[in-house]
Amino acid sequence: MKAISQSAPSAGLSAEVTGARSFARTTRLLMAPAVIFLLIWMLVPLAMTIYYSFQQYNLLMPMYDGFAGFNNFVILLGDPTFWKSLANTLIIVAASLVITVGLGLALALLFNRTFVGRGVARTLAVAPFFVMPVVTGLIWKNMLFHPVFGLFAWIARQLGLEPVDWLAHYPMLSVIIMITWEWTPFALLVLLTGLQSLPEDQIEAAKLDGASAWQEFRHIVIPHLGQVLYVVVMLESIFFLTSFAEIYTTTSGGPGTATTNLPYYIFQTVFQQNDIGIASAAAIGAVILANIFAIMLIRYIAGNLNAGAAR
Amino acid sequence: MRSKRFNNVAMGVLAWVVALLIFFPILWLLLTAFKTEQQAFTVVPNFFFSPTLESFKTALAQGSGYWHYAWNSVLTAVASTVIGLALAVPAAYAMAFYPNKRTDFLLVWMVSTKFIPAVGVLIPIYLVYSAVGLLDNALGLTLLFTAMNLPIIVWMVYSYFRDIPKDIVEAADIDGASIMQTLFKVVLPLALPGLASTGLLALILAWNESFWSITMTDHSAATLAVYIASFKSAEGLFWAKMSAASVLAIAPIIVLGWFTQRQMVRGLTFGAVK
Repeated sequence: MKAISQSAPSAGLSAEVTGARSFARTTRLLMAPAVIFLLIWMLVPLAMTIYYSFQQYNLLMPMYDGFAGFNNFVILLGDPTFWKSLANTLIIVAASLVITVGLGLALALLFNRTFVGRGVARTLAVAPFFVMPVVTGLIWKNMLFHPVFGLFAWIARQLGLEPVDWLAHYPMLSVIIMITWEWTPFALLVLLTGLQSLPEDQIEAAKLDGASAWQEFRHIVIPHLGQVLYVVVMLESIFFLTSFAEIYTTTSGGPGTATTNLPYYIFQTVFQQNDIGIASAAAIGAVILANIFAIMLIRYIAGNLNAGAAR
Repeated sequence: MRSKRFNNVAMGVLAWVVALLIFFPILWLLLTAFKTEQQAFTVVPNFFFSPTLESFKTALAQGSGYWHYAWNSVLTAVASTVIGLALAVPAAYAMAFYPNKRTDFLLVWMVSTKFIPAVGVLIPIYLVYSAVGLLDNALGLTLLFTAMNLPIIVWMVYSYFRDIPKDIVEAADIDGASIMQTLFKVVLPLALPGLASTGLLALILAWNESFWSITMTDHSAATLAVYIASFKSAEGLFWAKMSAASVLAIAPIIVLGWFTQRQMVRGLTFGAVK
């Protein structure tokens, strides 16, 4: 990496002294479009959200616009629905994380063994990750969870049990089931990739030393997977924080506010109450929440980058 | 020894059972798509029935609007991928082969914009879009998909460029090739497979996207995700039609996804797992 960064400009320099400067300008021009695009579509709107969060701004009441100080935040913090949506968001993240990572790890170990038709079985098992979340919501809502015509109701009746109205009586559990169905395959896929990079000789050596399967798992597999697990947890957290389609197509945040998470709360505040100021204040909350995970993840990616450069 | 073999077989069977259970909802959707509405909406599920293409015909019929939404999905996914690659390739090229002291910072900064939640930028984008007429507009949605995928595209193209031996680029420089000549004649041909899988990943992510499509479009730029989401209030009326429409929307992506599993992992984890 070092060699090229020094030799390339010096090749330009040997041609002419001004070459180095025009060279730097060329590379800057190459990067500018992508950087400017992200500035316009990400950073400028983010700054505007912060601005709006301090404005009294309701699309239905244009005569009351103006600087609001911290008023939006005060109203937000006094709104029980906001607190409920924050709690729901965290429940979805925590429960989905535990299930997807736990199941994903178990499945990765299972699919890392050799058995007949492993490729096909693995392919079937990861398929849900590629299904559009909107379709996921409708499959589960209509064809599986439905209390009369759903498959689960039929199975319950076959077993002589009372069919359950999943979305009405266990709305949060239902949402978590849908999200984990989509994301366990992702955890499986990533952890399996991690397992396959496990050095074979380490396992061989441990076996020769008489390590039990559990010792092998505890002292070789888990430390090796440590970094991979870290990345899976951080990434999934960020995606789970922003869950939307599964809720939008099934419970619409209900019954009541039982499954209203932060993105859905903001969606409702913007599109049903038209309150830009309060929705922006809540959006700032969502950004801060995401940043807690993102900063750790970005630090890890940046560290990886330098490790790669040293190679 | 014998018990070990039994163990292996048992684990294989278990793996297959789990795989089939996970896949079952998709299979059930597929089966429902080949039923009539009467067969689909029953208290006792029909596992055995004579398959019919009737629901596919209604789903694709003239008045259903399916082609309109499908065209929007294709247009926005393809256009956002092409624009994304056009923006990312020069940037990744400069960062991979001509780095300076700001390169690492810029790359990490670009990646970090991926972690801004969509709701954090939703409100200003919605207001500005409605002011400039980009609401319910294919171009507006395309540019949002581009912004959403650009960090991943830049990162992936960068990582594929880094796999190219530096000597090759250096040799071209010394031979007097300009920066752009080196890019088009040397680097791009070598990175073509990587660019293809990056494009495929961006295509999949844009196709499956629902938050921006639902909030920013209504009808004229609405994608398949919006169309299928509109079935959410159709209580049991159109299950077979909904299933047929869904199967057509997810089948190409599942097939593409199966071929790009590894790239998916590489791209979504930003190279932390290869």
